[in-house]
Amino acid sequence: MHDIATSFINLDAITILYLFGVGFVGGLVSGFIGSGGAFVLTPGMMSLGVPGLMAVASNMCHKFPKALVGAMKRFKYGQVDVKLGLILGVSAEAGVLYGAGIQEKIKATYGDAGSNLYVSVAFVVILATVGGFVLYDAWKTYKSGNANSEEKAGKLASWVQSINIPGTMVYFKALNARVSILFTIPLGFATGMMAATIAVGGFVGVPSMIYVLGAPSLMASATELVIAFVMGLGGSLKYALHGMVDIRLAMIILAGSLFGIQLGAIGTTYVKPFMIKVVMGLIMVIVLFSRGLMVPVYLSQLGLIDKLGDTSVKLLKNSSFAIMIFALLLGAFIVLRAMWQGKQAEKLQHASGALEHGKV
Amino acid sequence: MAQSTTKRKPVGAMIVMGVISIALYTTLLLKQDMINETFAKGGMYALLPIITAFVFSYFHGGFTGHFWTVLGVEAARKKKEVK
Repeated sequence: MHDIATSFINLDAITILYLFGVGFVGGLVSGFIGSGGAFVLTPGMMSLGVPGLMAVASNMCHKFPKALVGAMKRFKYGQVDVKLGLILGVSAEAGVLYGAGIQEKIKATYGDAGSNLYVSVAFVVILATVGGFVLYDAWKTYKSGNANSEEKAGKLASWVQSINIPGTMVYFKALNARVSILFTIPLGFATGMMAATIAVGGFVGVPSMIYVLGAPSLMASATELVIAFVMGLGGSLKYALHGMVDIRLAMIILAGSLFGIQLGAIGTTYVKPFMIKVVMGLIMVIVLFSRGLMVPVYLSQLGLIDKLGDTSVKLLKNSSFAIMIFALLLGAFIVLRAMWQGKQAEKLQHASGALEHGKV
Repeated sequence: MAQSTTKRKPVGAMIVMGVISIALYTTLLLKQDMINETFAKGGMYALLPIITAFVFSYFHGGFTGHFWTVLGVEAARKKKEVK
């Protein structure tokens, strides 16, 4: 316990502003796509000298209250399916525990470099396949000119919704259909495993709700906040039992992220649904490059390739972190821009409506 | 009949929530050594960070919500229900 107590960092004004700022941008993106921010926050805290586990724990402890506030906000807009979120959240919790167990085993067998390599490869594979598909789908919607029309369940989701397994069927508002929980359990589990591995379960949770279950993008991203709340609460409790949470860091990040998540949630009411896919897909693909840059570093540490020089390692690490920050900032920019445009269009519509009314 | 679109801004609620929020953050930073030491004990003390997170999210969440409303940043009027 003494070790933990001495590992609390000193907070100065710059550190507080930095955490607040990253929290705000992370919150903005989370309010919009249901997740995000953690992949920058955890390494960001570690760069301040916070031990890895404490950074993960403190991130978790800011995540669940943030997700709660975001979910409540988006519930007001009719975007949250609480039942779906809770059912997926419980299975996600099991996925988190299982994923964390795998991580511990890999770390015990192959050390830190092995564990980092596993995380990076998981990042690259998942983000390349899922992120690429989400972005392609958003592009297809944009090109087809159907961006304004209501989203329909795809072929896979229609098939999932057509399967009737007696005793396991549950009606979900988001899907407007009954789906067997035998489909939702593995999806929740995978979301939790991703959360434990790459810290952003939503990169699997949101696309799986859209493409496998048939939820509209807005409802999927809003429902993800319920899953994040359940996972974050369980995870925080687990870490807090060992005294790993630095509540100061968690609450300062929360201070910024609550400003952001409210704004991101409001933003969803102004945009076309496919914009959720655009922001999510873009972030995923950019983060993929960021993590990809780190693969040679870990391969070199494991002795699987020639040893890299200190300068090269530093360059790759810094570039990787900068690309991650860029991904988050780009996401935040797109959200704010789309929101601004939506707000302007609404003003124009009201102005022309008032003008017409005046003429009559 | 023309429908009025003007709504009262929750300035009072924002100020109350804001003051409580600032008080919470000030206490957290002023008493950080004692708080860190207590919260790091783990075990039953694990409930303390969880309760803290809920309390901060209630007051600061309320404040930030009102803050954007007072600034005029609100949800689009047409798309309240999204299916």
